[in-house]
Amino acid sequence: MNEGFLGYPRLNGKIGIRNKIAVISSVVCANTVVRSVANKIDNAVAITHPWGCGQWGTNFSNTFNILTGIGSNPNVSGVLVIGLGCENLFSIDLANKIKESKKPVESFNIQDVKGGTISAIEKGVNICKKFDKEAKDLKKEFFDFSHITLGLECGGSDATSGLTANPALGIVSDKLVNLGGTSILPEMAEWAGAEHLLSKRAINEEVAKEIMGPFKGKSIENRSPGNIVGGLSTPEEKSLGNITKGGMATIQGVIGYTEKPRGNGLWLMIEPGLDVVSMTALAAAGANIIVFTTGRGTPFGSPVAPVIKICGNPKTCDYMANNIDIDASQIITNDKSIEDISDLLWKKLVEVCNGEKTKAEILGFVEDIGFWPV
Amino acid sequence: MKKNNFIVINPKDNCATALVEIPQNTKINISDKNIETKDIIPFGHKFAIRNIKKGSNVIKFGEVIGTSSEDIPEGDWIHIHNITSSYLKVINNE
Repeated sequence: MNEGFLGYPRLNGKIGIRNKIAVISSVVCANTVVRSVANKIDNAVAITHPWGCGQWGTNFSNTFNILTGIGSNPNVSGVLVIGLGCENLFSIDLANKIKESKKPVESFNIQDVKGGTISAIEKGVNICKKFDKEAKDLKKEFFDFSHITLGLECGGSDATSGLTANPALGIVSDKLVNLGGTSILPEMAEWAGAEHLLSKRAINEEVAKEIMGPFKGKSIENRSPGNIVGGLSTPEEKSLGNITKGGMATIQGVIGYTEKPRGNGLWLMIEPGLDVVSMTALAAAGANIIVFTTGRGTPFGSPVAPVIKICGNPKTCDYMANNIDIDASQIITNDKSIEDISDLLWKKLVEVCNGEKTKAEILGFVEDIGFWPV
Repeated sequence: MKKNNFIVINPKDNCATALVEIPQNTKINISDKNIETKDIIPFGHKFAIRNIKKGSNVIKFGEVIGTSSEDIPEGDWIHIHNITSSYLKVINNE
């Protein structure tokens, strides 16, 4: 039997593994109304942020594009955009842009609803109840893994990350890519010292140059004193520990912040590397699922993409057991190989694609959103 | 419960990484070969699993992580005292 999963087909050809209703603020002034609406609907998530007004240029377009990307994510079955009514990020513009993904989208402004925020919340709840009913009628179908886009994230790293969780994730990413799927490796700052090795894996000369571009002429020393004490001897050794989560696959291209991969296979994303910003950018780039490797532990989740946590530090796996989905510390404590752990991670990924909730989903870490202020 | 006290990330690697602090003169069996550590290898640090001649590549993750600045016999600790970055050299020569 071919490998695959049961997912929700969307009208634009993408496949969702969740039916999230995204209630999105077009501006900070709508945040409390948005949160109040989302709290009353089972599958709704509140997409709130401190922006939407007083922004111009790239700063404005990044906010608009990230919110568009989150609303367009295939795990989202319906979208309600709520604005205030006088901001410079118009709720109707955002709604129209998200409608290009061919899903049900509605919008309104709080100032246009008679009865103030109490009526606005009621109006929002009624719209989302309709979305929720429509989503519950959707039937799952069997799809192969070419429909999965995986985000490769790491944070709270320590000496165990590059030895256990990252290489295990690399094997899983390669397997997904071999099955026709897509992986995205973000966090440009953590390729420094290994960018020439990434560029060797580029599909062509042009992509190789794009990878080297941001680093050209720079001699980046990325080791902290603690890294050296921890055993990292050179910049390339540090970055290799990071990029090993991208496996060995050919690199198809480089995408900018707020861009989406232009095909399947492994892609690199230029963005700074703060966990919340990376995860938000991955969700906006269309990732249906994210694997997050950690050493010191982190509770972070994503509003629209399930996040699987894998950790190689035995103490963290004990202290934060209810936040960690896969215990990769067995490579250190229990004679397991990286391959053994990558098998466990792949099985978990398939289960989560089929609907099993991750620890971050169960605990409700679904509201964290971050932007790259440019 | 058996513990791994070291890991070789990639079959191409000529170094292993300690997963615990490995005492001096510990006998280690790697791919049917016996190696004895010449130094204390701290957690997260590397030791040679083959003889590495001065000026050759040190390989971890299946990739070059630096160049040996002296002969490194198998079992020796590898760190900033005996390898230098290949990356920083490449960039500085441009």
